[in-house]
Amino acid sequence: MYAQMVDTGVKQVKSLDEMDAEERAFQQKIDAEVKIEAKNWMPEGYRKTLIRQISQHAHSEVVGMLPEGNWVTRAPTFKRKLQLMAKIQDEAGHGLYLYSAMETLGADRDEEIDKLHSGKAKYSSIFNYPTLNWADMGAVGWLVDGAAIVNQVVLQRTSYGPYSRAMIRICKEESFHQRQGYEILLHMMQHGNEAQKEMVQDAINRLWWPSLMMFGPSDADSPNSAQSMAWKIKRHTNDELRQRFIDQTVPQLEFLGCTAPDPDLKWNEERGHYDFGVINWQEFYDVLKGYGPCNRERIETRRQAIDNGAWVREAAVAHANKKKQRSVA
Amino acid sequence: MSQWTLFEVFVRSKHGLNHKHVGSVHAADDQMAIENARDLYTRRNEGVSIWVVPSAAITATATDEKEPLFDPSEDKVYRHASFYELPDEVGHM
Amino acid sequence: MKKYDELTEFLLRMGDSALVQGQRLCEWCGRAPALEEEMALMNVGLDLVGQARNWLDYAAQRINDGRDADMLAFRRDERDYRNLLLVEQPNGDFAVTMSKQFLYDAWQFHLLEALTESADQQVAAIAAKSLKEVIYHLRRSSEWVERLGDGTEESHQRMAAAIDTLWRFTFEFQETDAVVDSLSESGIIPDAGALKQQWQQTVAKVFTDATLSVPEDARSFYLSGREGMHTEHLGILLAEMQFLQRAYPDASW
Repeated sequence: MYAQMVDTGVKQVKSLDEMDAEERAFQQKIDAEVKIEAKNWMPEGYRKTLIRQISQHAHSEVVGMLPEGNWVTRAPTFKRKLQLMAKIQDEAGHGLYLYSAMETLGADRDEEIDKLHSGKAKYSSIFNYPTLNWADMGAVGWLVDGAAIVNQVVLQRTSYGPYSRAMIRICKEESFHQRQGYEILLHMMQHGNEAQKEMVQDAINRLWWPSLMMFGPSDADSPNSAQSMAWKIKRHTNDELRQRFIDQTVPQLEFLGCTAPDPDLKWNEERGHYDFGVINWQEFYDVLKGYGPCNRERIETRRQAIDNGAWVREAAVAHANKKKQRSVA
Repeated sequence: MSQWTLFEVFVRSKHGLNHKHVGSVHAADDQMAIENARDLYTRRNEGVSIWVVPSAAITATATDEKEPLFDPSEDKVYRHASFYELPDEVGHM
Repeated sequence: MKKYDELTEFLLRMGDSALVQGQRLCEWCGRAPALEEEMALMNVGLDLVGQARNWLDYAAQRINDGRDADMLAFRRDERDYRNLLLVEQPNGDFAVTMSKQFLYDAWQFHLLEALTESADQQVAAIAAKSLKEVIYHLRRSSEWVERLGDGTEESHQRMAAAIDTLWRFTFEFQETDAVVDSLSESGIIPDAGALKQQWQQTVAKVFTDATLSVPEDARSFYLSGREGMHTEHLGILLAEMQFLQRAYPDASW
């Protein structure tokens, strides 16, 4: 999930009876699956939560370019280079779609980006892991984008219209991301040498657990999850989505001829699902709090990009103003 | 300030269709807005024409105007072709 | 240094320049001055790497020694690369990057326009496809040169400094050699003199609009991209770009 543990600021979900008329009408609209649009009345908590969730999602897309940018200059063939460039470009684009949806809520993009750079805003924990060999480009596409897609597919039905439409567009464009990732790995496993096969297994070993963490901790007892579900800005629990991801991914893993670094991973006939081992949530919280392997580098790169670009953006504005004045004169 | 302007973007996906709102971009001037919109919203041949307009220049209906503005047309069914029943012999019209 | 027939040499020059320029744009990933510009730089890079593949495909077909475009791009040595010196220069700040882009785009534009009428059909076809992309590249980079040149005092100074750094490499847009002369005689590529003039005019116009002064013609000096005499920057760029192919020569990707 690209937006993890979004705070709703709500301790307990209100029942319809406890709401005032406006809020009740709003909730009834949501219950009836009517989309909320930018100009509609909405509770302040809904607006703020959405800004937080959409901006986190957007930040994740943008920071998510960096682990791939680490290999785009080293892609081994024209085909792989072009695919990776197109994928990275899509990610910048998806960040922009999302910021655009966020701005319909009255939030300012630059302010939200400042929060990212000052460490106040979160982004997906997964992008704080390093990409250490070329197979990581495959594993990121297959596992990381795969996990994101499971989440984003359900977000297409989210209650806020602009967010939902951005998600629909993103899902449509992202369908190639996961496939290109898997194909990188499959090609290395089927046509590669021993060193390449080792790269693939190594990438899976490193990215398997962090991918499962992307769905966030179990949401039992979380008031945030309950409120987000009531507002339909979240449509399934973290555990449901994680299970769905594992169930669809394990057969693909087996087809590759690789293994997951989880001795407890096995099919449970009775449940009709795969069982899996215990996730190391301490690691997840550490990474989220800034102690991941690449947190500093990721934020520093983004901060520098925007800081070093200030003179460029200023020059563009200055030039536009000069032109306007000339056309008036 | 280095703040760029927020522009709303409308794309005509095919000749003969209306321009449709697709989202927004930031840009320092109109030309840059067109180009940014082109790079962002037509990466997969989605468009044949783009309009950009500063978001601040758009006047929109307010939510509470929904009833007076749109409900009156709800009962004007005679504006729709399906209101008129013609015998089959007349053929397609 | 291997010598191929004139057309093949020319194809390598075209392909290598597009590839090296595209590679430099890849280096901007995640570092552009605005998110919108992130898209734009990668977009141009994507076009150029695609163009490089087309030129090198054709070159490989003519060389016909079992190497394909990938082998030419990812296994060829520095001394065998035929790209313009300008495009291998480090990105520097956004002013350097945009100046490089503009000077290269202006040259590509006029050259490709003429190449659409090449006596060689395959050259004409690749040029026609590339030209559509390059028209847009040139528009964007011209606008940026104008914005930065005629923007703030700081941006103007940065642009002037960027041009000062880069201008000396532009002699390659102006000078002819045996390959160019022979190919233009047979109608495969345009006349070097006419091309030089068009390039100068475009540069002069944009620089004037950008309140930047046009330096005097650059003179050649020892180095020559098309002879494989490069600046030291190319070797490092290739070491990065070719790493996987070099480290795992029997691998399939």
